This record gives sequence, structure tokens and C-alpha cells, in this order.
Amino acid sequence: MSAHVIADTSVLTGRSLRHILRSPDTIITTVVTPIALMLLFVYVLGGAIHTGSSQSYVNYLLPGILLITIASGVAYTAYRLFLDLQGGIFERFASMPIARSSVLWAHVFTSLAANVVSVTVVIGVALIMGFRTGASFSAWLAVAGMLILFILALTWLAVIAGLSAKTVDGASAFSYPLIFLPFISSAFVPTSSMPGPVAWFAENQPVTSIVNTIRALFAQQPIGSDIWVALGWFLGILVVAYTFAIASYRHKIS
Amino acid sequence: MSTQAAIRVKGLTKSFKDVDVLRGVDFDVEAGSIFALLGSNGAGKTTVVNILSTLLKAGAGTAVVNGFDVATQAAHVRESISLTGQFAAVDEILTGRENLVLVARLRHLKNPGAIADDLLARFALTDAANRRGSTYSGGMRRRLDIAMSLIGNPPIIFLDEPTTGLDPEGRIEVWQTVKQLAGHGTTVLLTTQYLDEAEQLADRIAILHKGTIIQNGTLAQLKQLLPVATVEYVEKQPSLEDVFLALVGDTATTGTTAEYRIDSSVTTRKDIR
Repeated sequence: MSAHVIADTSVLTGRSLRHILRSPDTIITTVVTPIALMLLFVYVLGGAIHTGSSQSYVNYLLPGILLITIASGVAYTAYRLFLDLQGGIFERFASMPIARSSVLWAHVFTSLAANVVSVTVVIGVALIMGFRTGASFSAWLAVAGMLILFILALTWLAVIAGLSAKTVDGASAFSYPLIFLPFISSAFVPTSSMPGPVAWFAENQPVTSIVNTIRALFAQQPIGSDIWVALGWFLGILVVAYTFAIASYRHKIS
Repeated sequence: MSTQAAIRVKGLTKSFKDVDVLRGVDFDVEAGSIFALLGSNGAGKTTVVNILSTLLKAGAGTAVVNGFDVATQAAHVRESISLTGQFAAVDEILTGRENLVLVARLRHLKNPGAIADDLLARFALTDAANRRGSTYSGGMRRRLDIAMSLIGNPPIIFLDEPTTGLDPEGRIEVWQTVKQLAGHGTTVLLTTQYLDEAEQLADRIAILHKGTIIQNGTLAQLKQLLPVATVEYVEKQPSLEDVFLALVGDTATTGTTAEYRIDSSVTTRKDIR
């Protein structure tokens, strides 16, 4: 059985990728909000925001916008998983001689692919809006690695939401706080401009360290200790979310 | 396998929280036969099927499917069975053909395309092969669902309320399919709440009531349980079903053109999206 994990996962990933190809609106709705936020902040609010750095505001803003893109993108993973559970096709898969974990992994890989596309679209729009970086290839790789880890961590949270939701709305509701989190971080304004307790929260929640790391990589500045904090958050969220997702999945299938 | 029981269930129990859904279920299903589990809603039919298809763990008791224990040899059981659940497990975004290819590939079979084309022809779905599952009528969806279950020729098939929510034509289409299956030597365990369905299809009928089997026998045996038949002369009126089918004039084998739906369960599930 377990010999088929890779084959089964790739067949099932192909299935859900086909779902995305046939409803590209899921990609479009994912990127609309971040792009709108980017336009709003760069062209309306940005002029009044002092980041304390010499770089353009779109450069300052982009890392946070990318995280918002991913946070709204993973909601579709919960949604698709929930629909599979509702429709009975999940039971069909569970009663077939296929590697059981492949059902979840297929959704995870699909989420990864869909979010990589969304993030690429948003970066494209940012380039049009004047985002510039002199980042080296290895810095880009590091940014890609950070974003992929972020996608994986949030996707496993989405899996929990999709498996435990009672309604379609419930399946995607978990993403709202995740979308909101970057607003109380260094994503849009420096945390030093915030009142004490808010600044404390902003500095100690995962988004700030991730945003700071990606921003530094794009700006070719020293990364400092932020990357280790960010990696710690990734690892922590991944391990906890994965553990709960698998437990909830086991509970579901037997 | 011919003389051996394909399914052997002994003392099966299952509780959800404080509710005892199954309270000691026993039955055997002979290989190659059609066995109907008859009961009203909430009798525990789906619970039995889910335990037999390894989706649920039993509280107590044993269930052996195709010689394999469902608790300890689940992987072997899954190789031996196919489940057609209460809701047609069809991928609505994929086409009919893609649905079949998907299952064939998940069963690690060679030539999934050829298998799909063969089943599409067998279930009169060739014309609809490249349409998405969401465009299928209730009867077509069920036929596709059952066709998906046949891939890999599992010796045992579970059909959980296969005709619930279908229009009369769809129901007859499914009945013909089930009869053909048993004709090919497949063991069929089906659950139903329709008495006429059990009467039409089953070699043996077990009545599941409040979590136990209260009767189990052939149709003739069950009929003998009642008081001796009295002879009455009653004018034979056509049933509404006879009238409906005569008026509509279609037969099940050409069901590919049936576009209308009376089916409520299918349409409401679409509304979720």
C-alpha cells in the first residue's frame, strides 16, 4: 500500500489542480484583495506613512502583501477539502486501496501550486507599480523558501479547518484573522509608531519576523536574527498544525 | 469463494456517544448473491456499511469481508470491495470519463483510458463522456457512481441506498445495473428503505430495526411469516408509476437524454456551492 503513496498523491494532486484550472476564479479572487490593498496603501495612504527607510513604499509593503495573498489563498484549500468531505468522494477514496495520507497531501501540494501562482501574479503587479529589488538569485531563492514554508504552515492550518468545518462558511472563516494579522505587524508601518502594548504584540507575532526577513532579503540588507525567529514560527506552526490535522483526519476516517 | 460466505458479521455493535446505533448485528452474505439490508431511516444501515467498508470501527463484534477481518486486515478488505455511498461520489468538476480514469489510476490499473471507455459504453454514458459530472441527471450520476465502483472488478460491492432521491426511471436504471452485477458473480450488499426495491433485487433480505436484525430470509421465507394469504378479488389498477413510465415513454437504457430532474438531493447539494 505505502508503495503507492507517491503515485496516488500525484494522481490526486492532478485531480485538484484540474479543479483550479477549471475554476481560475479561485486564483483571481485570491489576488484581488491583496492587489487592491497594495493600490490603496501605495497610492492613497502611503504618502502619509513614514517608514524611516529610503526605499519606496511599494518595496516596504510587498512582503506583507504577499503574506496576505497566501492567507487568503489557503482558504480555498479548506473549501475544497470541505467539499470533498461533503460530496462523498472522500469516503470513496477512504474505502479504496490507496495510501490514505495521499488524499491530504494532494490538497497540500495543490495549495502550494495555487499559492505560488497567486504570489507570482501579485509580484508581477508590484513590479508594474514600481517595486524594484537588486536581490541576488540566492536571495530570491531564500524569499521563495520563506514563502513556501509560510504556504505549507498555513495550508496545514487550512486542512484542520476543512476537516472540522460544519459549513462552507466555517471552512474559510479561519483565514480572516490570518489575513488581518499583517495589519498589526511591521508589514504596513514600522512597529515603533504603535502604542506600547500593540507594538509589543506586533513585534512578537510571526508576521513581523517573516516580513522583516523578506524585506531585508529584497533590500540586500543584513537579515539579523529575524530569520531564526521566522523559521522557529514556521517550524512551530507546521508541527502543531500537521499534528492536529493528521489527528483530525484519523478521527474522520475511522 | 463460491460456497464460502463473502461477508460474515457477528455481534456487531456501534455507539455514537450515548446512542447505541447497532446492538448486536449478525448476518452472512453468500458469495455471488444480492443481499438487502432493509430498514427505515436511522435503523443503522449506513453504519453497518461503513464498518464493512473500513470507514468506521466497530464497538464490538467481528466482521469478515472476503475472508479478511475489517479491523485487522483493513487494507485487504479495501482491495476486495467497492463502496457506492449514500451520496453519489462523483467529482462534479471532472468529466464522466475523467472520473472513471481517476479511479482506474488510483486502483493502479493499466490502460485506464480503455477501462473508462468500456464502462462508459456499458452504462450508456458514452455520449455524456466529456461533460462535467455536475451536468448529469440524478440517474446518470448514479450510473457513473456505480461504474466507478466496478473498476478493478472488486468481488464485493456495497450500495448504500442506491436509489434514494432518484426519479422512477433512474431507479429502474440502477436496478438493471445491480441485476447485471450479480449476473457476473459480484456479491452485492445493498441497503434500502424501499420494500419494493428489496423485493425486486434481493436473493436474501435482512430487516434491520433499532440496531438489530429482526428477520433474515428469502422473500418467500419472509412472506411465510405473515398469516396465510387470503384470496380477495381486487380490480387491478395501474399504479401511478406505471402511468408515469407509460407517459414518459423512455426506457432506462436510453437514459442519456434524460435532462430533467425531480431529484431533490442532488440539486440541493449543488446549491451549497
